[in-house]
Amino acid sequence: MRINGKGLVDRSTPLTFTFDGHSVDAYAGDTVASALLAAEVKLVARSFKYHRPRGVMGAGSEEAGALITVGNGAGQDPNVRATMQEVYSGLETRSQNRWPSLNFDVLSLNDLASPFLSAGFYYKTFMWPKAFWEKLYEPVIRRAAGIGGLSGEHNPDSYEKAYAFCDFLVIGAGSAGLMAALTAGRAGADVILCDEDSIMGGRLNGETYDVGGATGQDWAASTVAELASMDNVRLMTRTTVTGAYDQGTFGALERVSHHLEDRGGRPVECFWRIAAKRSVLAAGSIERPVAFRNNDRPGIMTASAVRTYLNRYGVAPGKAVTVFANNDDAHRTARDLVEAGVHVAGVIDTRRDAPDGDGYEVYKGAEICNSEGRKALEAVTFRYPDGREDKLQTDCLAMSGGWNPSVHMTCHMNGRPVWNEGIQSFVPVDGTVPGMLTAGACNGVFSTHGALTQGIAAAQEALSDLGVKTAKADVPKAEDAPYRLKPLWAVEGKGRAWLDFQNDVTVKDVKLAAAENFRSVEHMKRYTTQGMAPDQGKNSNVAALAVLADATGRGIPETGTTTFRPPYVPVSIAAMGAGSQGIGFAPQRFTTSHKASVEAGAPMVEVGMWYRPSFFPAPGEKTWRQSCDREVNNVRNAVGVCDVSTLGKIDLQGPDVGEFLDFVYTNMFSTLKVGRTRYGLMLREDGTVMDDGTTARMGENHYVMTTTTAAAGPVMRHLEYVHQCLRPDLDVSMISVTEQWAQFAVAGPKSRELLNGLLAEEINSDSWPFMACGEALIQGVKGRLFRISFSGEHAYEVAVPSRYGDSLFRLLVSRAESMGGGAYGMEALNVLRIEKGHITHSEIHGRTNAFDIGFARMVSAKKDCIGKTMSERPGLVGDTREQLVGLKPIGVVKQLTAGAHLFEKGADPVRVNEQGYTTSVGFSPTLETYLGLGFLRNGRARHGEEIQMVDHLRGITTQCVVCDPVFIDPEGGRVRG
Amino acid sequence: MVDLMAKSPCDGLLPVEHGGVSLSEIDMTVLTSVSPYKGQDKALSAALKEAHGMAFPGINRATGKEGARAIWFGQGQAMLIGPDPASSLCVHAAVTDQSDAWVLVRLEGGRAEDVLARLVPVDLRQAAFKRGHTARTQLQHMMISVTRTGDSSFLIMAFRSMAKTLVHDLETAMRGVAARHAG
Repeated sequence: MRINGKGLVDRSTPLTFTFDGHSVDAYAGDTVASALLAAEVKLVARSFKYHRPRGVMGAGSEEAGALITVGNGAGQDPNVRATMQEVYSGLETRSQNRWPSLNFDVLSLNDLASPFLSAGFYYKTFMWPKAFWEKLYEPVIRRAAGIGGLSGEHNPDSYEKAYAFCDFLVIGAGSAGLMAALTAGRAGADVILCDEDSIMGGRLNGETYDVGGATGQDWAASTVAELASMDNVRLMTRTTVTGAYDQGTFGALERVSHHLEDRGGRPVECFWRIAAKRSVLAAGSIERPVAFRNNDRPGIMTASAVRTYLNRYGVAPGKAVTVFANNDDAHRTARDLVEAGVHVAGVIDTRRDAPDGDGYEVYKGAEICNSEGRKALEAVTFRYPDGREDKLQTDCLAMSGGWNPSVHMTCHMNGRPVWNEGIQSFVPVDGTVPGMLTAGACNGVFSTHGALTQGIAAAQEALSDLGVKTAKADVPKAEDAPYRLKPLWAVEGKGRAWLDFQNDVTVKDVKLAAAENFRSVEHMKRYTTQGMAPDQGKNSNVAALAVLADATGRGIPETGTTTFRPPYVPVSIAAMGAGSQGIGFAPQRFTTSHKASVEAGAPMVEVGMWYRPSFFPAPGEKTWRQSCDREVNNVRNAVGVCDVSTLGKIDLQGPDVGEFLDFVYTNMFSTLKVGRTRYGLMLREDGTVMDDGTTARMGENHYVMTTTTAAAGPVMRHLEYVHQCLRPDLDVSMISVTEQWAQFAVAGPKSRELLNGLLAEEINSDSWPFMACGEALIQGVKGRLFRISFSGEHAYEVAVPSRYGDSLFRLLVSRAESMGGGAYGMEALNVLRIEKGHITHSEIHGRTNAFDIGFARMVSAKKDCIGKTMSERPGLVGDTREQLVGLKPIGVVKQLTAGAHLFEKGADPVRVNEQGYTTSVGFSPTLETYLGLGFLRNGRARHGEEIQMVDHLRGITTQCVVCDPVFIDPEGGRVRG
Repeated sequence: MVDLMAKSPCDGLLPVEHGGVSLSEIDMTVLTSVSPYKGQDKALSAALKEAHGMAFPGINRATGKEGARAIWFGQGQAMLIGPDPASSLCVHAAVTDQSDAWVLVRLEGGRAEDVLARLVPVDLRQAAFKRGHTARTQLQHMMISVTRTGDSSFLIMAFRSMAKTLVHDLETAMRGVAARHAG
C-alpha cells in the first residue's frame, strides 16, 4: 500500500515490470521488494529446504527471504535479492525453487516431512550404498533443496574489472561514512566513497529524524552534492566493498547496469580492486530477527525494514502492523507508522519497563510465541508475563532483537571481533586490518550523533597518518538516543523457530547439533549449514551462536563467532573473471604467416598461445592424412616451407657469453666458431632435460639461442636466474628477439635452389655448409640464414624482420610450389622429425634425462654445467632406465598410438608388466609404415626384439619391433647434401 | 626482383575511437634495446646523451622526447625509440634491433586513464604517474610497457604477435568507459 507524500521514489515516473509473468506497477526509485510490497504481493519465494512460503524480510543486501531470478535465457541472473534490484520498465523477474508454481509448490511436502529433515539428516540417511550417493541421492537432493540456477548457456553479457587507487577509502555512506568522506574531501585528500545502495545516506534515508537542522534524507542529499562537487572525491554508488586484502587492497563489486532497461553497452557489473593508503569501515549494522515459532511467514520483517519501506519508498508493508521488540529503537517503527496514518495493532515488548506508546498499545513484558497464515501473515499469538496467551489480527510483523554491527571486513585478515555486553553483540577490534579504522554503527555506536562524531574522528586520524591537515569540523546536530535493550534470542516454546531463514535452520537444529556433540561453533555451522546461504549468516550468526552458547552452557564470548571470509555479498564469477571468458582466457599470438595460412585453408591449432597451421589442404584431399603425406613427400623430394617463428630466440651479447653458455648447456659453446651453429642440450638443476635447440654464433661476443616454442618463456627465465643468482660475475646481456624475426624453414633437396633465387649472393656447400649461419640479403632485406635441419633434409632457416614475414612467406611458398613443393604444417613437421628420430617435448617431457634420450655423450666431461652432478645420481643411468627407442609395427595391426604402454611379447598387459610407453607416432609416407618413438626399459640393448604395444584406452594392441629411433638417413647424408 | 612488402603489427586494426579516446598505431619506428655491459652505465649514458640527446633512464622513467625517447624496459635495459642507434653505443652496451618485436600504440583522450584502469593494475593517475614515467606491467593477461607521454596520452608496447588481443582488450575497455559516460 502506497502512502501519499512519503518516500524518495519518483511519483512522476510510473512504470511496470513483471513478477512471475504478472505485471506490477512501480515508480522509478523502487526496488522489486518495495514495488511488490506496495502491490501487496506477500509471497515472493520458497525456502531452501522445506519450500516454506517466504516474503520480503529486510530492505538491504542482507535480505534473507526474497531471492529472485532476473531476466530470461542465457544471461539470466539467479539469487538476486529483490531488495537490491531496482525496477525499470520491462524488467522481468521470477520466483525460484518452486514447481510448478510459487503458489502451488509440490515440494512444499518437504515441510510436512520436517520431523525427518533435521540437522544432519543427509549425513545420517544417505550413507549407503555408496554408489547411490552420486547417482541418486545427490541429484534428487539438489533438485529438492536449492535456490536459483544459471541457464547453463554461454553468458552473453559483458562484465568488467577495474583498478582504483586513493588516499582514503570510505566503506559505506551512512551518517558516519558521509561525515568521514566530507572531512577528508574538504582537506583535499583523494577519497573514494563506496556504498552498495543506489542512493547514499544509509539509514538516514529510511528514518525520519533530523540532522543538522534538515531531515536526514535532505542532509544526506546535500552532503552527497557537496562531495560530488569535489574533484578529489570519487563517489561509487551501487558498489559493495566485498573484502579486505593485503596492503590496503579491497575488492568491490559495482552493479553497473542491473538497474537499466537499456544497458547501452555498459558492463553488467564491474569488479574493482581498490588500493587505499588508509580506509574507514562505516558499514553500519544489521537488525536481527527474533526466533519464535513460525517466525518466517510472509509479512514478518525486521522493524527497520518496515521503516525503510515507509520512509524511503512510501510503502506501508501492511494495513495492521504489529511490532515485536526488545529495545527502544523498534518503537520508532510504530511511531512512524502512526504518524503516516497506518494502523498499528500493537507493540509487544519483552521488557516490563518498555516505554509507553503514543497512539498505539504497548504490551509490556509480553512475547510473541506463534504466527498464523500459510502464504501471508494473518495473526500472531503472544504470551503475557503471567503465561496467558492472546492473539492479534495483523498482516505485518515488524520485529527487532537488536542490532549487529557489520564487523565482517575487520575480520577478513583473521581478526576476531569481541563481545560487547552493552549492545549484546560483537564489535571490531582496532588494527585487525592494517590502515583501517571503524566508525559508527559497525563499531557499535548506534546514535546518529555518535556516528557523525566517529566519522570525523576517523578521517582526522587517517589523514594525520598521511600528513594531510584537516580543518576542525563541527558535528551536525543529530539525535543521540541511548540504545536500550534486553537480550532476546529465541522465544521458548514448541515448534520450529527460524534462525537462518535462507538455509532453513531452526533453534531445534542448533540444539540438536549441540546434543550430538557438534559443540564448537564451526562444527555447529557445518552440521546445520547455518550461515552458509547467500546471506552468509548476516541475519542469523549472532542469534545462532547465542542459542548454541545456551545449549552448551557456555557464555557467548566463549562460544565465539565463525570465521568471516570475503566476499561480503555474493560476487558473480563473471565479474571476477571479466575479460577472461571464452577466447579472453589467454592472449592470442599470431605469426606473420597467419593470414596467408588461413587463406590457404589451413586449420589452425593452438600451440601454447600461438596459432600454427596443422596442414595445408590441396584440392581433392579429403583427410588431413592425405595432406600430411603430400607435404612430407614434398620435403623429402622437392622443397617445403614452414613458419618456425614461434621458436624462442634469445639474443646474447657480452664478453662472457661463451662461458655462460658452457654453464647452461651440457656441451661446449665457447669453442663454437663465428658463423657456425651447434645443437645444445640444457638440463634443469635436478639433472632432467629442460630444453634443446640450436645456438648460432653471430659474432665474437654475440650468440643467438633458439628454444622450443613451449619453453621460450621458461628458458628465458632460467637464463635470467642463472645470470642474476648463480653467475652474476659474468658480463652477459640477454634479451628475447623471438618476435623480432619471422623465421621460415626451407627444407628439401631443392631448398638451396629456391633460396638462391632470393638471396643477393648465391650460396653453395662450401660457402654455406651444414650448420653454417650468418647475415644475408634476402630480396634486398637484411636477414639471417641458418643451415640447420629438423626434418633431416638439406634445409635452411631464413629470418627477416617480422614486418616482412607475410610477404616473404607468400614468396617462399609460391616459389616452392613452382618447384613441386609447398607449405607444410605441424602434422608434416612432426612426421618428418619422427622419421629422423628428432626429439620434442613429447620425449623431453620433464622426467627424462640425457642418458634416457641417448644423449649422454653430449654432457661434456671437460666442464661442469647446470644439472650435471644431479644427473649422475644412482638410478639415473643404466639398464633399469626406460630409454628412447624406435618402434615399427610388424603384425596384422599396423597402427601405433601415442601414450600407449609397452609389454614383452606375450606378456599379460597389466601394470606390473609394463616396460615403457610411446611418446610420438606418425605415419611415414617415406617408409610407408607407422613409426613410433617411445621409452622402453633397457631399450637400447633390445633393438630387434619383438614387443607388444597396448593402448588400453583406445583398445589397440600392436606387435612391434624395437629399433634405433633414427629411421631414415642415420648417416646424415641428406642434411649435408 | 620482387620487393618484400612491410606490414605493421596492427595492419587493418587501427585506428579506432570511442567516447573521445583514440587508439592509434605508432608505425614502423626504430626500436633498439640497449643494455650496458658491466661497469658501463655512466659511459653508456654519456654516449646516449652525446648521440641522441637523452640520458640512460632511471628505473620506471623515460628520457628524451617524441621522436627520440629512451624508456626503462627492465633491469639494466632501456628501449631507444626513434633514432637509428649510433655505433658508439655498441662499445658500452649490448645493442639489439627490436624494431619488429613490439607493437606500439598511442592511447589518447580525456578518459584514457579510465580506460587503462580497466586493464592495468598500477596507479596511472596523473599525480602518481607523470609525464616521463614508465612501467613494465600487465594489461589484462599481457606483459606490456606503458609510458605517459602527455596529460592524456600514453604509449603502450606489447609483443607484436599479441597485437590483435591488445587492440581487442583496449577497445573493449574503451567501449565500456564510453558507454558509462554516454547520455
